Amino acid sequence: MLSIRDLYANAGDTEILKGLNLEIGPGEVHAIMGTNGSGKSTLSHVLAGRTGYEVTGGEVRFLNQDLLSLATEDRAREGLFLAFQYPVEIPGVSNMEFLKAAVDALAAHRGEEPPDAVSFMKRAREVSAMVDLDPNFLKRGVNEGFSGGEKKRNELMQMLLLEPKLAIMDETDSGLDIDALKVVADGVNAFRREDRSVVLITHYQRLLNHIEPDFVHVLAGGRIVKSGDKSLALELEDKGYSWIDEEVA
Amino acid sequence: MPDFIASALERAPTANPDWLDDLQAAGRQTWAASAMPTRKTEAWKYTSLARLERGAYLQPPAPATPTPANLKQHFSIEGLDAATLVFVNGSFNPDLSSDALPDGIEMVRFAEANESQAEAIRAKLGQVVDGRQHLFAALNDAWLADGLFLRVRRNTRVDTPVHCVFLTTAQDQPFSLSARLLVVLEDSSEATIIEHFCSDDLPQNAFTNSVTELVLGANAKLQHYRLQREQEQAVHIGGVHASLGRDSTLNSFHLGMGSTLKRVDVVVNHHGEGAHCDLSGVYLPRHQQHVDYHTCIEHAVPRCTTTETFRGIIADEARAVFNGRIHIHPNAQKTVAELSNRNLLTSTRAQVDTKPELEIYADDVQCAHGATVARLDEQAMNYLQSRGIGTRQAEVMLSFGFINELVERLPDEAMVEFLRPQLASLFGRQSLVTGRPE
Repeated sequence: MLSIRDLYANAGDTEILKGLNLEIGPGEVHAIMGTNGSGKSTLSHVLAGRTGYEVTGGEVRFLNQDLLSLATEDRAREGLFLAFQYPVEIPGVSNMEFLKAAVDALAAHRGEEPPDAVSFMKRAREVSAMVDLDPNFLKRGVNEGFSGGEKKRNELMQMLLLEPKLAIMDETDSGLDIDALKVVADGVNAFRREDRSVVLITHYQRLLNHIEPDFVHVLAGGRIVKSGDKSLALELEDKGYSWIDEEVA
Repeated sequence: MPDFIASALERAPTANPDWLDDLQAAGRQTWAASAMPTRKTEAWKYTSLARLERGAYLQPPAPATPTPANLKQHFSIEGLDAATLVFVNGSFNPDLSSDALPDGIEMVRFAEANESQAEAIRAKLGQVVDGRQHLFAALNDAWLADGLFLRVRRNTRVDTPVHCVFLTTAQDQPFSLSARLLVVLEDSSEATIIEHFCSDDLPQNAFTNSVTELVLGANAKLQHYRLQREQEQAVHIGGVHASLGRDSTLNSFHLGMGSTLKRVDVVVNHHGEGAHCDLSGVYLPRHQQHVDYHTCIEHAVPRCTTTETFRGIIADEARAVFNGRIHIHPNAQKTVAELSNRNLLTSTRAQVDTKPELEIYADDVQCAHGATVARLDEQAMNYLQSRGIGTRQAEVMLSFGFINELVERLPDEAMVEFLRPQLASLFGRQSLVTGRPE
């Protein structure tokens, strides 16, 4: 699904990723954990093609394509999805209009007819119910005046509607209360399928109580320094991150 | 080039009601004593009147021939349950107008006013607008022959909007016309008034000189729209001048879709304490159109508030001017005023001159203003692209959203539904990056 080899990247003038390697197979759920500043968000941004980052070395293959040579929109069309940590507010553009444009763009890329308005609306309402978002949110401006939790659920809703092959959740759990966390976890679990992969970027182990990862990685100093199964997350929860620094050193 | 000032007076109509004689004479006098504004005149610094002078728009409209068919399509607003009053090339057209007005609102054409109505009109007409400050208002006075007087009696709420249409059609010769509207909302009354300037689709050769006066009594509430949707060869110079009584509310929305030359002055005078004005507008010139909005809010008394938001998208080789002045007089303590003007340029040859002017002579006030000229928001672009939406479409969506944000808060749903597709089609038609059709 995704293969990252020796990836180096800068955010502005600062080198953040320093030789990162990661292999993600179809159907797998990977959790990437690490302290603030370890490079977690930079990794997700570089993969999704957000502006402000420069790749200085390495290679990323996504479904046997050179991911880094693709424009942002083409990455999405090929099936990559990033749930933003800080979703952007776009007043004046309704959520519905935005979602329809995205669904249509993906359909066009697959050479399919866009869904008609009625079936799209029906599906959008279904999905908003799945993430416990009032359907009235569909009429509002994209993320406009949404609370933190509503924004996160809106990201989840987009994921469920767009049905990507690889979903990267960038700290989708941060700032959520336990009920909202459950909603996010249920959404991701419903999304899981043997041909779909998920990357969960998180600070905390608590999300992993609800979504069981196949692999857990620790990111430190711009590299994956330790990988393991879900027990690694528990160990981190228990002991913190400092023992990893010592072990790596 | 003919002397526009002198020639304009030669064409002044004489067939006006006697009781307008003095106003007309004063207008003629002011106009005759004035010089044509040039680019050195501060209020016309960025707007040349050459297109007006070149156009030789000195003839009155040709006598009413049978009204062309299908004019209704140019002004009808689907879903809007309104009483419609239509002027075609300056003449009232009963066939296109509603038979009856809603209860509670009185409509009188100046030309048909009886003695007491004439007295009521004369008491207010020309009182809000200052012809010495607004030269074309003086010309409007000089040409005054007819006009529309709308009055809502005290303690009356009129739910049905009144839709005043000023439509021009292309004629054989260039011509000029005056539009005059006087709206009086007596104390504690409420109404919705739509001023709608539009035309047929042919290249226009009309110069419209419009003056609107809005008089709001204490506690009155007016929802006002002014839509400018003339074909792009039209020339329009107009003004909206409002006087706000104690605790009254004026909500005024402006749409400026292109003309070869369009200048609109909006002047709001807070005359009674506690008055509130919400002024908003969007302008979207393209091709070689020119749009100029000059707004001036006079805070003369304490405890009044103003929220003013204008946004523009300027495409191709078009040019926009926005000058927003808020003047807070020494006595106007506890004023709260905000002015925001944001502009998007979608071509390297598009131009905008924006100037907020805050003049504050009172110390206990809250004021903010800001003006920006920018490209589309990069974060928002990236967000749309990250969902698979292509660059071109993302630009269209964001540009539309930039304007739609002001449109969607309008209180009349039919108005929102009317404006939205028109604005959307404007963006759909051409590439915002290259300005060329796709």
